[in-house]
Amino acid sequence: MGFFSEALWVLLLGSLLGLELIGKVPPTLHTPLMSGANAISGITMLAGLTLIIKAAGNLPLMIMGSVALGFALFNVIGGFVVTDRMLAMFSRKSNRRKDNS
Amino acid sequence: MDASQILKFAIDLIAVLLLALGIKGLSKIRSAREANRLAALAMSLAVAGVLFQSFNDIGISLASWLWIVLGVLVGGFLGWITAKRVPMTSMPETVALFNGCGGISSLLVALGVALYPLAIGDSELGIGLIEKISIVVSIFVGAITFSGSMVAMAKLQGWLNTPAFMQSKFRHALNISLSVLSFIASVHIISGGDSGIWPLVIGSTLLGIGVTLPIGGADMPVVISLLNSYSGVAAAAAGFVVGSQLLIVAGAMVGAAGLILTQVMCDGMNRSLLSVLFGGAIAANSVSSIEKGGEYTNITSCSVEECALTLEVAERVVIVPGYGLAVAQAQHTLREVTRVLEAGGIEVSYAIHPVAGRMPGHMNVLLAEADVPYQQLKEMDQVNPDFPATDVVLVLGANDVVNPQAKNDPSSPLYGMPVLDVQESRTVFVVKRGMSAGYSGIKNDLFELSNTSMVFGDAKKVLGDLLVELKELGVGRRT
Repeated sequence: MGFFSEALWVLLLGSLLGLELIGKVPPTLHTPLMSGANAISGITMLAGLTLIIKAAGNLPLMIMGSVALGFALFNVIGGFVVTDRMLAMFSRKSNRRKDNS
Repeated sequence: MDASQILKFAIDLIAVLLLALGIKGLSKIRSAREANRLAALAMSLAVAGVLFQSFNDIGISLASWLWIVLGVLVGGFLGWITAKRVPMTSMPETVALFNGCGGISSLLVALGVALYPLAIGDSELGIGLIEKISIVVSIFVGAITFSGSMVAMAKLQGWLNTPAFMQSKFRHALNISLSVLSFIASVHIISGGDSGIWPLVIGSTLLGIGVTLPIGGADMPVVISLLNSYSGVAAAAAGFVVGSQLLIVAGAMVGAAGLILTQVMCDGMNRSLLSVLFGGAIAANSVSSIEKGGEYTNITSCSVEECALTLEVAERVVIVPGYGLAVAQAQHTLREVTRVLEAGGIEVSYAIHPVAGRMPGHMNVLLAEADVPYQQLKEMDQVNPDFPATDVVLVLGANDVVNPQAKNDPSSPLYGMPVLDVQESRTVFVVKRGMSAGYSGIKNDLFELSNTSMVFGDAKKVLGDLLVELKELGVGRRT
């Protein structure tokens, strides 16, 4: 019960934190924020990693873990790179404006 | 707690802190790019933490390393390539695809633990009731996230249309039976029967399809955002399964943040979440409304030249860009046109409807790609009071978001949706390929108003011609 009750507190506080973190978002950033948050949800790759390590030689489990890790990493890397691509377009412009002024 | 445990604990804490700062920073333009990198750094830290702890605790066998490297290389490489190659116009589909992969990952982890419970014999949890509940939640939410995201992606790509039987009341019966099947399977698993696992996987996967398939294309962004929130919940549930608090925090944060974003999008479209999820496609009603509404009468069309002449004498011009503009890849030509207008002393701004493009903020990204300064992008509430003082409105590939029916006609399926009041301005030019209906399939009353002129043609070609005309007229030439 120790881990469970602690984990429930963690769940509760984490949810509250998530609700608070993005109170006001300019519409310009809705799409990047969505894809950034999407990349973070790939954190489940840690679970895939743990599965492989703790499989203790159980081959099907290792394969499942590896596939899970692959899918999650696809989500994480893809999500962060694509978000960066979008955001680069905003920052590129603000730099140019600084140069002009 | 020995030194290595304390170190692992510290790494986890720092990773959570950086993740929270990352999400926070992503909501401000100035800090967004750094924040994204901060979040990526936090994820790498978290991975390092898990590897470090396992290395100290139980060691990592060679075979494990092999499978880890394989998964990392394949997933990482494909993710990188996809992210680099995908055009900005198909961003909603891409987010849906990535999101679905996150969902199936959580599903696989829970499935693995359920099928081979030996694996976490050394966890504090054992194979208790709580673990079983976590497995059920993780499989259920993960499967819905996966199949729902894939359907969303296919629909946005145009690979999939809603079959007729999914628009009838029958779909509710189907979805309810799938829910019941999943529920019975869940109860069976929790009370100790392993045979419930596959029915749960199949039932919840089909449920994801059944719930997403009837939803109309216009509502799809809301669904993707909601599924994004689900993938956070799935990750948190996977965190309970493998006993990782870091996973629980991160999953909960994303889940909650995704809910807020979903709410923001629903507000923009004036739709409640419930009506999006259970109302089915708007298109289902609109078929009848087209029959009722009849054909367009009294359409004024005009040439590019007339349009240029009107623009030349304007003082204030508002551009209303829509998804059609992006599809025609015309945002760069548009930027050329507005440069000329600005050089001619004409005040230009862009009216961005909350759901312009296919996703809130999507149009902003597309215009940013064409170097439009984001200060010129005006939100709907900001720009609507200005329309009476606007000389020319140029509607490019937008349709439903400028339909006055949403204000005037209570029988219209669009009624109540906030729209841009472009008809208040002196002249409206609508650039459109033909008289086809918009995404929702509803007739647009704007086209019949006396101050509206249609310029028929592909947005890119029309804008290119417009550019030539404006230059011939000498607009923007400094004398």
